[in-house]
Amino acid sequence: MLDRFDPRLDGAFDPLDRERLIGRLSQLLPPDRLIVSTESMRPYESDGLAAYRSLPVAVALPVDADEAAVVLKVCRELNVPVVARGAGTGLSGGALPFPGSVLLALGKLNKILAIDPVARTARVQPGVRNLAISEAVKPYGLFYAPDPSSQLACSIGGNVAENAGGVHCLKYGLTVHNILKLEALTIEGERLTIGSDALDTPGFDLMALLTGSEGLLAVVTEITVRLLPLPADVQALLVAFPDAGCAAQAVADIIAAGITPGGLEMMDELALTAAEKFAHAGYPLDAAAILICECDGAASDAKAELAHVAEICRAAGASEVRHAKDEVERLLLWAGRKGAFPAMGRIAPDYYCIDGTIPRRRLPEVLARIGELSREYGLAVANVFHAGDGNLHPLILYDASADGELDRAEGLGGAILELCVAVGGTITGEHGVGREKINQMCVQFSTAELEAFAAIKAAFDPAGLLNPGKAVPTLARCAEFGAMHVHGGAVAHPELPRF
Amino acid sequence: MAGTASPPPRGAGAGDGGLADRDAELAGSQGARGRQPPTPDPSPRRGGEEVADRIREAAAAKTPLRIVGGNTKAFYGRQTAGEPLSLAGHRGIIDYDPSELVVVARAGTPLAEIEARLAECGQRLAFEPPRLGPGSTIGGVVAAGLSGPRRPFAGAVRDCVLGATILDGRGQVLRFGGQVFKNVAGFDAFRLQAGALGCLGVILEVSIRVTPNPRREIALAFEIESEAARLRVCKLMGRPTPISGAFHDGVRLHLRLAGGEAGVEALGAELGGEAEPLGFWDQVRDLTHPALMSGPLWRLSLPQTAPIPVLGDVLAWDWAGSQVWLRSDRPAAEIWQGAATAGGHATLFRGAAPGAEVFQPLAAALLALHQRLKAAFDPAGVLNPGRMYEAL
Repeated sequence: MLDRFDPRLDGAFDPLDRERLIGRLSQLLPPDRLIVSTESMRPYESDGLAAYRSLPVAVALPVDADEAAVVLKVCRELNVPVVARGAGTGLSGGALPFPGSVLLALGKLNKILAIDPVARTARVQPGVRNLAISEAVKPYGLFYAPDPSSQLACSIGGNVAENAGGVHCLKYGLTVHNILKLEALTIEGERLTIGSDALDTPGFDLMALLTGSEGLLAVVTEITVRLLPLPADVQALLVAFPDAGCAAQAVADIIAAGITPGGLEMMDELALTAAEKFAHAGYPLDAAAILICECDGAASDAKAELAHVAEICRAAGASEVRHAKDEVERLLLWAGRKGAFPAMGRIAPDYYCIDGTIPRRRLPEVLARIGELSREYGLAVANVFHAGDGNLHPLILYDASADGELDRAEGLGGAILELCVAVGGTITGEHGVGREKINQMCVQFSTAELEAFAAIKAAFDPAGLLNPGKAVPTLARCAEFGAMHVHGGAVAHPELPRF
Repeated sequence: MAGTASPPPRGAGAGDGGLADRDAELAGSQGARGRQPPTPDPSPRRGGEEVADRIREAAAAKTPLRIVGGNTKAFYGRQTAGEPLSLAGHRGIIDYDPSELVVVARAGTPLAEIEARLAECGQRLAFEPPRLGPGSTIGGVVAAGLSGPRRPFAGAVRDCVLGATILDGRGQVLRFGGQVFKNVAGFDAFRLQAGALGCLGVILEVSIRVTPNPRREIALAFEIESEAARLRVCKLMGRPTPISGAFHDGVRLHLRLAGGEAGVEALGAELGGEAEPLGFWDQVRDLTHPALMSGPLWRLSLPQTAPIPVLGDVLAWDWAGSQVWLRSDRPAAEIWQGAATAGGHATLFRGAAPGAEVFQPLAAALLALHQRLKAAFDPAGVLNPGRMYEAL
């Protein structure tokens, strides 16, 4: 299990003087904002990847950037690793505490500091929930575009750390495209302003570097987000296909026809069946795959665009095309899609959500290969897919209480990610590498590239204290992983635990 | 990081990550493509190994290199010495599939060639880079990071860069990002190359996201004074309006509308104004508008709602009021100060004295961070040293 950190493979630090660290921190933070007892730290032992658990030495809960800065200064001085945490909804173990670390929980920095409806920006603290921003700016006819499925709970700081996406990013972009400015703290506790209220800044594009850096470079304490006007009209379509390959073809044809849907989602038979039982969205249960396509814009443009989509889908072999008549029907179509993950909980005791991106044209062969891998590993896989941007979410169904199933699920997940790399894609589209995919980084990147990532990290954090053991593997880890790794997307001994 | 260890495995059958391997890999992925025929590759890969050798030699001898594509932006940034390192021969579109919305090309590929190819399939570059000469290359476009009038509406160069293969200052091939839009593996070192002026690596190949042409596009002009026009544009952008350009030439506001037929027609009818040819926007894009033809030209990048600071003659503004073109003979320090006070920054875009700084100075901590990043990619400091800042 990857939640066991290994000093040899993940970085070694000075022996911890626990009493001294806690003594120093307790001078800075009141007792209710410095958690040190094992029982009280339990809620922080994992993030959204609940299978991985590990405890820090202490959990610090600063209320503002100044407090966060002093905690960082103490940690830097005592050479203690720091793991920043937002809402803890991440699915890759990015906020998994490192043994001997201080967990810097930023949930109390949860204020919307300013909304500027004219400039269409909002200045927010990192603990503000993603959806809360869109709710707060709705009276001005605006919204914050990136909408990860966890948007009800996930925090904007975490979104920046992961460069979060969502179902609408084909049209509206990822987090990196929708933020203007960051206030951040270095491991020294020094303030850095990255980006600005203008559209660019002099020098290197450090916004690009910090966004998606998974807490390895700095701690973000304030974010200025860009807001967009709510579209005039939104229309959605449900399309059923007798064959997943036809659905994939339709997706390629829609994009090639010059249409950029607001959302374009695909679900395979297992996923749509489970979702239908859960949400009663009216999905056709005899379909091999469905597409949900949403277009927005001026009312008649959205309608015309969807009519074109319908025509393309019929030509690609659709068995049914159903236009959502009204807002209620449209939301119902999405309710099924958004309920796909919890729906899995009804058909299997546990599921493991994988997140890879592939070039869209490789989808039919990738789905076929995932089917083969699923049989090889003896675990069912349901596919939910942000089809518009090639972001695949295979859900591996398993039972953690059955002997060896979790290890098999991990092995199957790794094999799927390596398949994504082999077809020209990536091991993570939007969930981040975190702890979960640290070994697959060795597959996607060469030694020189990993050294470049390490050098970038060292430029910000020379002692390597920020979120060690995550996102960028050490070469020692890759050497060890490589020793049991076989080229071609298959793992030699799936029955063996992989670290 | 731990010390050096045996190299990790690499997917897709790549060997040591050398250029020849990458060629084979790319050819393989083309061959394996589905229903689309393989993209013809008009010119074989040339010069990559040679460029790597040149960098290794320069690093060993600590002799600076001046990276050149089409040499159309030599005026931009600080003037630097250094042996020219030409990428112009390293050209050719490697992969383009309209249904993937991405084009992959070698750095020396002319911008014109890429745009012509995209146009055949009804697509284009969303960020509308200025065409500063027929030789302009895609590598230069990315390295300079200059975006055209669609910037506030469709994003910048950096927003559209999906991946880059670079040679670092050791002559090592590094590939970051890829050809897919959603990709969060590793730091975004590919976006970092956009606007880095070659200081962090020699770009060999880039993958760029492309966008479909709008179904309807029109241009309108209005007699309205500059600040009133900025306010008006700001208000229009507060509701879902299909605007793709907002430029003021000192006298008139020019708007370009692009999108679905209904939305564009409706807004056009609402706004009135005087119709003008879409070709007008070529001058805005390519910086050939008569208003911009003065000598020393300053570019101010400002928050859209910040009043334009009084620092000289405002010649024109673009980017819906966020990019201001200024003529001024005031000392650079005053202009930088004024721009910073307004929440933005200033660049002496054209007409700098040799050796002078042209970009807004960085705060000490930020400059130090830039220097450490530069050293991480280019420890010998041979790639375009001093092109961005003297101290970089």
